[in-house]
Amino acid sequence: MAKTSMRRTFRLVPLLAATPRHWSSNPGAPPPLQTRLLLYLSHRFHDVETLLSWIPWLKSRGVRQKNIFYGYTQENFGDNVAAAFYILSLRGGFRFAGQSEWFRSNKRGKFSWDFINQRDATIEEVDASNTLINYTGLENLVKQKSLRTLSLCGCVEVDDWFLSRLHVFQDTLEELDISHCPQITVGGLASLRNLRALRRLDISSLPKLQDPGLVAILLEEMLPQCQVTAFGFDHSLTYSHTPTDAQRTESVQEQ
Amino acid sequence: MVNVIPSEIRFLGTCIFIVDMLCHVEKTAEAMPSSDWTPFEINRSLPPERADIVIVGGGVMGWSIAYWLKQKEKIREGVRVLVVERDPTYSQASTVLSAGGIRQQFSLPENIVLSIASADFMRNINKHLSVLNEDPVDLQFNHSGYLFLASENVAQIMEENYKTQRYVGAKVALLSPTQLKEKFPWINTDGIVLASYGLENEGWFDPWTLLNAFRRKAISMGVYQCFGEVTGFKYTTNSMNTAEGNKLDFQRIKYANVQMPNSLEYQPVECAIVVNAAGAFSGKVAEMMGIGLGLKDTIAGVPLPVEPRKRFVYVVHCPDGPGLETPFLIDYSGVYFRREGLGGNYIAGMSPEEEEPDTSNLEVDHQFFQEKVWPRLAHRVPAFENLKVKSAWAGFYDYNTFDQNGIVGNHPLVNNMFFATGFSGHGLQHSPAVGRAIAELILDGGFQTLDLSAFSFQRIITQEPMLEKNIV
Repeated sequence: MAKTSMRRTFRLVPLLAATPRHWSSNPGAPPPLQTRLLLYLSHRFHDVETLLSWIPWLKSRGVRQKNIFYGYTQENFGDNVAAAFYILSLRGGFRFAGQSEWFRSNKRGKFSWDFINQRDATIEEVDASNTLINYTGLENLVKQKSLRTLSLCGCVEVDDWFLSRLHVFQDTLEELDISHCPQITVGGLASLRNLRALRRLDISSLPKLQDPGLVAILLEEMLPQCQVTAFGFDHSLTYSHTPTDAQRTESVQEQ
Repeated sequence: MVNVIPSEIRFLGTCIFIVDMLCHVEKTAEAMPSSDWTPFEINRSLPPERADIVIVGGGVMGWSIAYWLKQKEKIREGVRVLVVERDPTYSQASTVLSAGGIRQQFSLPENIVLSIASADFMRNINKHLSVLNEDPVDLQFNHSGYLFLASENVAQIMEENYKTQRYVGAKVALLSPTQLKEKFPWINTDGIVLASYGLENEGWFDPWTLLNAFRRKAISMGVYQCFGEVTGFKYTTNSMNTAEGNKLDFQRIKYANVQMPNSLEYQPVECAIVVNAAGAFSGKVAEMMGIGLGLKDTIAGVPLPVEPRKRFVYVVHCPDGPGLETPFLIDYSGVYFRREGLGGNYIAGMSPEEEEPDTSNLEVDHQFFQEKVWPRLAHRVPAFENLKVKSAWAGFYDYNTFDQNGIVGNHPLVNNMFFATGFSGHGLQHSPAVGRAIAELILDGGFQTLDLSAFSFQRIITQEPMLEKNIV
């Protein structure tokens, strides 16, 4: 008993010293008082700890609800209609192959139900920018064998595992836009090697990329027919304060 | 006031006071520096005197089991779990010295299913292992896939394996030499008849991050961690006779002796269950229980066939080497390499074919690279003809000398010792799923999600090996 309470109070010390953590928009400031109070209580009481641990689960409910498997629609209306319904309920847009009309939902989430009648039309272009699409939701789209354009600009839930699953579109996907996705790293970009037909790739403003210039060059070598766009990165040289080897040997010779 | 108290009571009170002072003086004398007794506990790094489950070995397997045990307990503090690790620096632990790859390209369905389950765990690792107010876990998973190359005599095995893998649900593709050359122009397809390429859930990650994620979460859930070495067990023995009249000794572990580092001080931890997750050193832990020290043709005479095998990993730099698409390439000659970072560095190695290196230390044999590894690497990838060895290290495999696959389950005679060892190089990639399986065995009495009864100790007693075709 004493050991557990000791372990718990040990974490109080840095907390009360208000070490700065990444609290929303202001990374330098210590957390607001109510957050510190809640954390202190969670260290003292199991109930508070359990309740606070439910918060991420509750937050992820919205994402899970958006990305459920449209099995009923698939069974009764076919794969294409299910995929279309899924994209529309995500508040994205799509275009069927052979047609030039885009299906989108309006600002309040309402959309027209014309797509139900077109059971055989496969989807060619998908615009899922700023939606909550994720790995589990991709299950609804894997049957679309003629997908040519996929836009995932600003999707928060798209991570490396999502990119690794895009190999199902390896023969047809020509345009991929994954700019502004905060969870993508180099490991996920390496999995784009399977997309043989890719012609345009947009990797602008990926915050987790440490060497964006180098990654862009490596991607261009990996996919020779693809044009890689990478805006929104700071490509300037950083100056380090450690002396270079030349300066160090000079100072040694002087002595 | 004093005048009111009668003199008898005052006399009694004075006697008690004097006796108390004398005893006090005795205790004070004993607490002086020269005496043996002290009223205060000195060594706080000793483990608790009682724990429900003692896990011997603090590698990724041990901590995975500890996490899943706490995850599955039905009430808070339902089981007290203690993880005992000998070396706090993890200098010889196989977990941190591993190349960190995960693949589904096995031939046994159990292994494939274990890998798929572990990959699912790693995909949702923050759902499982995130701790309140701590940074999320970033495994640095590179989804580059594994590429196995087959020559003529093993192409048949590769095709059969491919069918098993697809049947079980792994995303693998077979490539012909022309397709291989088109995908990876830097390969020399001389001698290659078939290639097997992993499309999803395969690649490599940082094993230290996974270990620390398990450890951090387990400690936040109340697992006790002790740095010490298990030097012996105290057990009780029950003798029984079989139907044929043979005598069987059933042992039950009562205490696990945990010795402190650089000290003779030890703590006997009273425990109900011991899990042997000591990796390359599991054989020694099993010997402490007398497993294998009985008569030759009896169950007690069958030792735990796990011994350390040293493997070398070399870090090389090649300026014109293959780029971002480099998978974890494993050649039929046994040599393997993978990309490391973005600066043209690669990690290469090979399983020794004839003689095994000496396992008393972790010294690297650079001759091995010059004579065996480099020629085969340069033959397979011509760009590797001019490369420079930057660094190298050696690590142990917890090598199962019987059939090179894990041993999961309890010993038939020592009913409360569970094994989670002998994975021969695949322990890291199977650790989340095996941890869950052992927790189910202990807390639920049997496997619930994945049936790993094929990996039980029974197969070693009945001498029925579960061999994996094409291991590295």
